[in-house]
Amino acid sequence: MAEVTYLEALRQGLREEMRRDERVFILGEDVGAYGGAFKVTEGFYEEFGEARVIDTPISEAAIVGAAAGAAHMGLRPVAEMQFIDFISCAYDMLTNYVATARYRAGLPTPIVVRGPCGGYVRGGPFHSQNPEAAFLHTPGLKIVCPATARDAKGLIKAAIRDDDPVLYFEHKFLYRRIKEALPEDGDLLTPIGKARIAREGRDLSIITYSAMVWKALEAAEILEREDGLAVEVLDLRTLVPMDDDAIVATVEKTNKVMIVHEDTRTGGVAGEIAARINERAFEWLDGPVLRVTAADVPLPYAPTLEDYVLPQTADVVAVARRLAAY
Amino acid sequence: MAAGRPRRRDDLKPQALRPKEATPSPLAGESPAELRRLLRDMLLIRRFEERAGEQYALGKIGGFCHLYIGQEAVAVGSMAALRPDDYVMCSYREHGQALARGLGARSVMAELFGKATGCSGGKGGSMHLFDAERRFLGGHAIVGGQIPLVTGAAFAIKYRGGDQVAAAFFGEAAVNNGAFHEALNMAALWKLPAIYICENNRYGMGTAAERVSAIYDIAARACSYDMAAETVDGMEVLAVRDAVARAATRAREQQVPTLLEVRTYRFMGHSMADPIHGHYRTKEEVEQHKARDPIATFPERLRAAGMLDEEGWQAMEADVAAEIEDAVRFADESPDPEPSALSAHVYREA
Repeated sequence: MAEVTYLEALRQGLREEMRRDERVFILGEDVGAYGGAFKVTEGFYEEFGEARVIDTPISEAAIVGAAAGAAHMGLRPVAEMQFIDFISCAYDMLTNYVATARYRAGLPTPIVVRGPCGGYVRGGPFHSQNPEAAFLHTPGLKIVCPATARDAKGLIKAAIRDDDPVLYFEHKFLYRRIKEALPEDGDLLTPIGKARIAREGRDLSIITYSAMVWKALEAAEILEREDGLAVEVLDLRTLVPMDDDAIVATVEKTNKVMIVHEDTRTGGVAGEIAARINERAFEWLDGPVLRVTAADVPLPYAPTLEDYVLPQTADVVAVARRLAAY
Repeated sequence: MAAGRPRRRDDLKPQALRPKEATPSPLAGESPAELRRLLRDMLLIRRFEERAGEQYALGKIGGFCHLYIGQEAVAVGSMAALRPDDYVMCSYREHGQALARGLGARSVMAELFGKATGCSGGKGGSMHLFDAERRFLGGHAIVGGQIPLVTGAAFAIKYRGGDQVAAAFFGEAAVNNGAFHEALNMAALWKLPAIYICENNRYGMGTAAERVSAIYDIAARACSYDMAAETVDGMEVLAVRDAVARAATRAREQQVPTLLEVRTYRFMGHSMADPIHGHYRTKEEVEQHKARDPIATFPERLRAAGMLDEEGWQAMEADVAAEIEDAVRFADESPDPEPSALSAHVYREA
């Protein structure tokens, strides 16, 4: 068991899958000789060569389109978006072509499109986004959002082996800030579509994913210490397909539930989760389903404004107290 | 079409991508005061960027910061050929163009600091400088995105019957993006007064142009759109100025666009996270280009022509240093944006 960062865990997962299956290759901007903007693929060019670690032009539509075409032919491409914000340049390919290929033509498209999402790094409006909701709405795409080093590794391996297209949103704030001891050998896979209870509790549930899992856990500590509340934290890990059973189970257990995500509020994932709870577990609720999200504004650069607009632990604590009072 | 036959990978010779040997424009007939102004503008950018790098290291500037050091002659030469009522749009490496356009060191530095007094109110940061008054329509932080916007600005000029031009600055890596092709085709088809200024500094982040481009002679791409084009020495401020002036005349008088490939070089890493050399280019290569540093060569030429003496040069350095010092102090002492600013301008204020 060696301690590895979230970034190193992701790198291990990618490397293991490339060693295991020669159909797997990586393409993206600066992924080869440079080793990736955040160094996720450092050393890959040397190990796997330029035929399998491909530096592309800055051409997101063609990167995703070419990956999809190669996947139709039986390969297993992993396409990196240098920042996940740039995935919008490939929106047409993903939503019109990739998402519908199996439905239209029976064409499997086993691609992974991955890249760094999220804020808290003063990246400004074009380098901090969380675009999951834009794709949640498109049937045919799977979406995973690892919060831990274990899942960073387990989900990239599962995503590469999945026979459908998977969007893998890795959080850049977590890259080097969290560490975990992972087994050095053995096949560490995280099943796609399965949530994880990150902390057990009976008084109140926080449903969340990605970097917000850590804010929720911090808030749960504070609420236990200062309010004597036992807060359950459910880490969704996968957004599509969503683990409805795990959501319903935590509602039935605590009867009070709130949802935390970093993305903006309107049309965000939380609204979808709240609707599902309403449909499947309304009788179990002792209070309203509340949300903690970013405000509905583009993400500003100024540190004071960024801190204000993005969810902070104190925001989670405050909303949890409101909910607990019901 | 000055560029001739498109070169392909087979023709690749390292020297082909280096700026051509300087053939400096003769200084005779130039106004000494104007040349000294160009030098001062370049020096201001150089010293500003050096301080920005230092302030980043101190944590006063956050996020992602891309310095313009080495490319000063491109911004300064270009702006010298444009009128105040023309329009300019840039990529994310735009501190130099902003300063050359006259945004002021105070307002740019304050933006890098994320302060309320910054040119974008602190909301944009390094990659999103903006100043409507100077018709500086922004830095844009997704590669190539500003190129279609410039096509649209040029369309609006023509639509209203104006004689302004719209100029786009972008790096050589942007020309492999679909947005470049779509926008240039449209501008040529509709005969729009646009100038597409490609700053070819050889590297899209850490990837050399020839590793991602089947045709690396960028001016030659204008053939695809039957568009006028020139390759320009980007280390020579007057060559840039004159080429942009020719393009501007073409745009104003004939309402046709031009693609300019300006061969330059970035002396620093791609961003503050990228070392100057090592991963993808050698120290020798960087040094070779630094031998043509416009901040060193241009004052030499002015001295040789009797247009600048040592005293004048020292005074210029001191004057620029004071301006930068003032900008850093201003940025440091300026207030953070109020939380109430957060929701302003998402939509038109009622």
